[in-house]
Amino acid sequence: MNLEQLEKAFQDKIDQEIKIEPKDWMPEAYRKTNIRQISQHAHSEIVGMLPEGNWISRAPSLKRKAILLAKVQDEAGHGLYLYSACETLGISREETINDLHSGKAKYSSIFNYPTLTWADMGAIGWLVDGAAIMNQVMLTRTSYGPYARAMVRICKEESFHQRQGFEILLTLSKGTAEQKAMCQDAINRWWWPSLMMFGPKDTESTNSDQSMKWKIKRKSNDELRQNFVDMIAQQIKFLDMTLPDPNLKWNEEKGHYDFGEINWEEFWNVVKGNGPCNKQRLEARKKAWDEGAWVREAAKAHADKKANLEKTKAA
Amino acid sequence: MKSSFIIKQFYGDIPDAGSGNQTSNHAASKNDWPLWEVFIRSKQGLDHKHVGSLHAADAQMAIENARDVYTRRMEGVSIWVVESKHIHASNPDDAGSFYEPAKDKIYRHPTFYDLPDELNHM
Repeated sequence: MNLEQLEKAFQDKIDQEIKIEPKDWMPEAYRKTNIRQISQHAHSEIVGMLPEGNWISRAPSLKRKAILLAKVQDEAGHGLYLYSACETLGISREETINDLHSGKAKYSSIFNYPTLTWADMGAIGWLVDGAAIMNQVMLTRTSYGPYARAMVRICKEESFHQRQGFEILLTLSKGTAEQKAMCQDAINRWWWPSLMMFGPKDTESTNSDQSMKWKIKRKSNDELRQNFVDMIAQQIKFLDMTLPDPNLKWNEEKGHYDFGEINWEEFWNVVKGNGPCNKQRLEARKKAWDEGAWVREAAKAHADKKANLEKTKAA
Repeated sequence: MKSSFIIKQFYGDIPDAGSGNQTSNHAASKNDWPLWEVFIRSKQGLDHKHVGSLHAADAQMAIENARDVYTRRMEGVSIWVVESKHIHASNPDDAGSFYEPAKDKIYRHPTFYDLPDELNHM
């Protein structure tokens, strides 16, 4: 088959909802887009451990500490599922991690915001994980098999993350005046960055939407963002708190909530590396990697030595 | 093929352009621990099923890592790990001809046989 026929056969498969598997023929651009997207997703899980890790030692009770530890451990797990899925596309683990450390590969900008109070653990679980889930549920149907399977596993685990976050805020919302204020403050700070997680507006692009055609993505940024706003605007009623948007209003005609304009200047600034914590996050990752080097080397040396011993014994 | 399609950014797809250090240090992957495929028996009496892969220096570490990565919620009672390089697979490009011999043998299926409805236990 020539390239054109291969591409047609590939698109036919996608159109028939047949998943693409690692050894199947795929257009180079499909491979590259998936590598970029899956690795960014993996990096987001790994960097995402940092803002929450900040509060493990300061959680208000042993119960909250155990829950937060379990959640952060899940995120490490999610990162690992995704790195493995990414590797099936022919990029090595080390290369993927090097791309994060060099700044070539990106991760979700949301993790470049600081976690200032305990209430932030609640807001992250509810809003940030809530936004992530909207996207991840869609991705369980993405066209690349290993990515879709990783997403199924991740979605099963994410629901606990969102619920524990909401429960933290619910507890604070029934507390002292100070705790209520802390709850509202966290919601105020995390609301807009959570909306930014869905990316630029659909109208920002004049390019043909290849990711949609290849079913890597199945819903547009604005569609997902609207679903998220509709969901949160209802849920916040249980907290007796408000979302920091004077333009948020139910639109009977559309059957959706209207909401205000995102500060796109801030969005692009954080993407470009000028967010409050970009530098700190990357340095923490590099430090962990560099300081773990001796462990990786020692384990490898030990494994090699054991393998050699077994060989001599067998001989 | 034009690469302009990637310009549209989606959630989880963050623009690379004009940010950070663009030179990537593509180190050789010889320092990577080997890759292992993980198979888990979810409960006694069922088959082991492939769940994913991970890196580990040796088999023992692969089993321990598999426990942490793939069974945090009691998803398994037994773990197999196999170094990925030892797995041999059929070629998807040959799937058409490779599985062709089974295609025209519909008489291997019980539904092929048209028997009276009144006939029980069969």
